[in-house]
Amino acid sequence: MTAVLSVRDLGMTFGSIVAARDITLDVPGRQTVGIIGANGAGKTTFINMITGHLRPTSGTIRFEDRDITGRPSRAITRLGVSRSFQVAQIFPSLTVFENICTAAAVAARHGRGGSILARFDRPDTHADAAATMELFGIARYRGARAATLPQGVRKLLDIAMAVAGSPRLLLLDEPTSGVSIEEKFAVMETVMSALRSRQLTVLFVEHDMEIVARFADRVLAFYDGTVIADGVPTQALEDPRVQSLISGAAGGRSHA
Amino acid sequence: MLTTFAIVTDGLVYAAYLFLVAVGLSLIFGVMKILNVTHGSLYAFGAFSAATAVGVYVDLGLPDAAGFLFMIAVAMAIGAVLGIVLERAILRTAYGRDEVVIVLVTYAVFLILEDTVTLIWGQRSYPAYQPMVAAGDLELGDLILSNYDIGLVALAALIAVGGYWALHHTRHGRLLTVVIFDREIAAAFGVNVTVIYTATFVIGAMLGALGGAVMAPKISVTPGIGVEVIVLAFAVVATGGMGSIEGAMIGALIVGLCRAAAVHLFPQIELFVIYAVMALVLVFRPHGLISQAQPRKI
Amino acid sequence: MPPWLVSLATIAFANALVVLGLLILWRTGLVPFGQALFYAIGAYVVALIGRFTPVRDVFLVVLAGAACAGVVAYLIGFLLARYREIFFAMLSLAMSMTLYGVLVKTEALGSTDGFHVEAGTFFGARPQGQALNLAMFWLVLGFCAVSALGVTLFFGTVAGRLAAPARDNEIRLEFLGVSVDRLIHLELVIAGTLAGVGGALAALVVAHVDPSMAYWTTSGGFVFVTILAGAGSVAGAFVGSFVFELVRSVAVDVLPDTWQMTLGIALLLTILFLPEGLSSLFRRLRRAPEAKA
Repeated sequence: MTAVLSVRDLGMTFGSIVAARDITLDVPGRQTVGIIGANGAGKTTFINMITGHLRPTSGTIRFEDRDITGRPSRAITRLGVSRSFQVAQIFPSLTVFENICTAAAVAARHGRGGSILARFDRPDTHADAAATMELFGIARYRGARAATLPQGVRKLLDIAMAVAGSPRLLLLDEPTSGVSIEEKFAVMETVMSALRSRQLTVLFVEHDMEIVARFADRVLAFYDGTVIADGVPTQALEDPRVQSLISGAAGGRSHA
Repeated sequence: MLTTFAIVTDGLVYAAYLFLVAVGLSLIFGVMKILNVTHGSLYAFGAFSAATAVGVYVDLGLPDAAGFLFMIAVAMAIGAVLGIVLERAILRTAYGRDEVVIVLVTYAVFLILEDTVTLIWGQRSYPAYQPMVAAGDLELGDLILSNYDIGLVALAALIAVGGYWALHHTRHGRLLTVVIFDREIAAAFGVNVTVIYTATFVIGAMLGALGGAVMAPKISVTPGIGVEVIVLAFAVVATGGMGSIEGAMIGALIVGLCRAAAVHLFPQIELFVIYAVMALVLVFRPHGLISQAQPRKI
Repeated sequence: MPPWLVSLATIAFANALVVLGLLILWRTGLVPFGQALFYAIGAYVVALIGRFTPVRDVFLVVLAGAACAGVVAYLIGFLLARYREIFFAMLSLAMSMTLYGVLVKTEALGSTDGFHVEAGTFFGARPQGQALNLAMFWLVLGFCAVSALGVTLFFGTVAGRLAAPARDNEIRLEFLGVSVDRLIHLELVIAGTLAGVGGALAALVVAHVDPSMAYWTTSGGFVFVTILAGAGSVAGAFVGSFVFELVRSVAVDVLPDTWQMTLGIALLLTILFLPEGLSSLFRRLRRAPEAKA
């Protein structure tokens, strides 16, 4: 069975700075992977390379057996790869409903090969958007301008938009960052149950080890631009190198 | 051979003129991120004030050198006053708005000042050739160079070097450089950005007026010179790189030399060549030839 | 309607077409400072057809002008669509000033004086004097109605509704799979073609073309009206253009030495107190009686 995501010898160098090196891994379909590591370890660089925001200086990336190395973000998105951002990227002057409709309308266009001059307000687009809002529990913010949303809702909106295009690979960059500690689990639970209904392969970056242990099937630990541990949570999180370099204390929360 | 020499000398003189006109604009953009259309009016005010001043000192029979300094002083004083009034009364109300909105505010003020010039000085043209004539000529073989033009080039060089030195080697200059780089960071470090903005605008206005004043003896001072000069200044600054003295200098040299070449070799494309060069440079380097590094956003 | 008002409205509505195009770009967060380029192309094509060919039919010449402007917009768009903010504005300005430079120095086109435009025919009919003015008025109104409808429909399409998100967060849109450069390219072609129609009609109405139609102050006037109209509505473009022409005519008549000052003050007041343009004023007036009830 071919892996959904296949990375070989991936590397990224900015001048004299090596942000990523020798990353090789395969991610099978429907797996949920937690990515951990201190700030600057290369996690966001890794995501940026997969989603086309950065062109790797070495190595290859394959999605569903297609080479996507160095291709532009919009092409990669159209192939079925989506992401959310550390700082939620939304459309501040539009309402939540309009935000999601935008994502849904664009996705509908790609899915059905529709023209960019097709009508925007269509019943199926509206229905899709409404369903997505329900799924992520943000339906009550429907008419609110995105600029006025609380942080947790912004992150959910960002993820909801990423999911609108029915991607097959989803990368979440710190989905709970900026959310208060009490709410982190709730937000992650909402996201994960929303994603469960879809046939998704998910990679998420997270600093909270408890969340990683709870929601991930597999853990990738990044350090100094490369992967130092790769395995099921109980195994990877107990790894002595991971504990000394990343999580700080046995089973404790990371304070990166 | 003579043509090449003529192109170089003409080009340098024109470049000096362009630099004097554009350096104030570049400075204001660099520090305040405002594309100041009103700059054209400051130029016009400078030119008209200078012409009036020339008339006054000729009538008073002052010696030429003193008269020239008087002309410059009057123009720069008027530039300073206008600068302060405009910045505090009008521009302040628009800070924080969209970049383009601020440009439109300066455009509106430009329209107002265009007519103000006509109200004060009328529709006629003012001669101010006396300083240029008084300076005399320099003969280099077959070529006759005006001393006034040589003085222009010297003045431009002086301002370029002096400005560069002031920005990089004086305390106040360095403060300005910090604000140019990032206004918010500067404010976070306790830099009084409000005062810096006012000071920059006033200096820019004075430089604009100076540009008009020194050009007055060379051109026909009529209403409407502001309109032509502003788009020329834009071209220079966009070509060389907006927001720096070096940018204004490079832009001025390139545009000046290209125009001189066109005037001597293909007069039909004289106007076209300035904007074509600008468009060409922007194609390869959208921020101009000397541009500041743009930090990544996500 | 008195004849002077008809003429005023005719030219105002022809110019409003340029503003309509600017509205689309303004919604995307872009302000080109050189739409006069397409305006002048539309105008000069009409004038040249009248001078060098026997074709006089108004529809043919206007569509020819529009087509040429559209083609130029398509070609320039490959470059221009890659820029944003002030650099977009400056490159646009550079291109219009380049055309200006060419027109001024071309003796064959009358250089700064420009030249006369032959009157058009309407399906073979050749109206004169007042009848011609009226015919032109209805022609312009017709093109405006079609354009207004077209642009309104456009704002209802996916492309039209992506303008605001593109202004808000271009990166997000790219990550949803949209090529924002291509979107802007499309908008530039639409805006350029509309400006070409406006210029072509203006040439017929005024019966004269000259290089000032490509000058930056002409572009400035269009941007001025766009601000006056506000980014809100298609109707605003026409109302704003009409008000602008009215104010300008009155100012030139009543205050011949200070008409620019009058316009400048009007623009300043609009920017400072009516940031959303005239459309917001109407919205406010409409809301007031509702609040009382």
